[in-house]
Amino acid sequence: MTGDDGVVGGHGPTRRIQVTVNGTPRDAEVEPRTLLVYFLREQLGLTGTHIGCDTSNCGACTVQLDGRPVKSCTVFAVQADGRRIRTVEGLEQEGVLSPLQAAFAEAHGLQCGFCTPGMLMTATALVEGERAPGTDAIREALRGNLCRCTGYANIVQAVEAALRGHRPASEPKQSPASLPGR
Amino acid sequence: MIPASFGYRAPKSLEETLDLLHQHPGEARVLAGGQSLIPLMKLRLAQPKVLVDLQHVPGLSYLREEEGFLKVGAFTRVGTLLEDPLVQARYPMLAEAGKVIADPLVRNLGTVGGNLCHGDPGNDLPACWIAAGGEMVITSARGPRTVAASEFYRDTFVTAVGPEEVLTEARLPMARAGHGAAYLKLQRPGGDYSVAGVAASLTLDPKGRVARSGIGLTAVGPTALPAPRAAASLVGHPPDAVHLAEAGKLASQEAVPVPDLRGEVEYKRAVVEVLTEQVLERAADRAGGRA
Repeated sequence: MTGDDGVVGGHGPTRRIQVTVNGTPRDAEVEPRTLLVYFLREQLGLTGTHIGCDTSNCGACTVQLDGRPVKSCTVFAVQADGRRIRTVEGLEQEGVLSPLQAAFAEAHGLQCGFCTPGMLMTATALVEGERAPGTDAIREALRGNLCRCTGYANIVQAVEAALRGHRPASEPKQSPASLPGR
Repeated sequence: MIPASFGYRAPKSLEETLDLLHQHPGEARVLAGGQSLIPLMKLRLAQPKVLVDLQHVPGLSYLREEEGFLKVGAFTRVGTLLEDPLVQARYPMLAEAGKVIADPLVRNLGTVGGNLCHGDPGNDLPACWIAAGGEMVITSARGPRTVAASEFYRDTFVTAVGPEEVLTEARLPMARAGHGAAYLKLQRPGGDYSVAGVAASLTLDPKGRVARSGIGLTAVGPTALPAPRAAASLVGHPPDAVHLAEAGKLASQEAVPVPDLRGEVEYKRAVVEVLTEQVLERAADRAGGRA
């Protein structure tokens, strides 16, 4: 048997993986049982990805795996070998928030902020996708991301604003009709 | 939550996969999307010594009509299934079932084969396969064998797939004129397990009478269940309100629900009755049988 065979109890043998995280190739040794979210947070120090429920319910740990949003608490790091991972740290470019991040700030799309990294990663896939989803489709796409502050209305409005190409950072504050009404 | 240690293998072919399963008899588990298995491993309800990851095995992700079947490769992601134009146009039952499986993030990884062979009675696709008279293709070192969906489920988490076998394909009879199928389930908001779900598949003869019918039930038994008496009661009759109501009553008797947080037995039977009537009505509409 080779070195990557099963050992039960204690620390099992590790396995070398190569992943691309936010555009940067990374080599690492991981135990097969290491979940992707722990790999990102503890081995790579990318703590922007949050652990909420750790039971595949809340979506706070959402990252993109080859462009598709997934719950990183329910993927082993070894499964990501050879793949592209994008985390919330990869959204900002040279100090400038992504249009979606800016829309979240503008539309007050976060309260405590704990669910925000996951919301952003799911919604970024939507905003960068080929389709132009309406409000119902946005809500459906965000079904796997829970906000316990229940700030959903503003989150959806932020995604709608980003989809319209709204750039709050570079526009006068009150102009878009998308501003959360109250 | 950290699973127990295990060995990880990522074979590049089906032959290598079967060989690995043979080398670790009863100790290895096949990993597909992982969306059911990994949560069980985190709870340590599952502690496989070796995980054999199918993701690099070529030729297991496809959807095509061929030889009278809709053939679905076992590794096809649920998200891919429900977004597929062929599925949306000709197999709306599968799109309906796919859309109520967990949430979009889970569906981006979860696979059709995983949903079909995990064996949780709350999985949604098994009832569809049972209703439509589908088949599973199970492959071992001796080659593929075919098992009817109605024979596939043995007990909770126990299917016809043996320890040295892999579910490689799931097939449904190809949709034809006069055929309609649908899936409906009741669940509490927020992605909870189903209270109950019902799949129905109807084929009408040229006079508008039911020539073939199948009904599958979700979450009201130790496995997904067929409702053969309810299905047979429709044959030879038009799918009118009287006959659909009768089928609903029979299906509610064929269900064997257990009481839990989602309801008492009597309530769940009532849900099955109503869902059966409604889903049959939708299937009949799609078959062109109701003006």
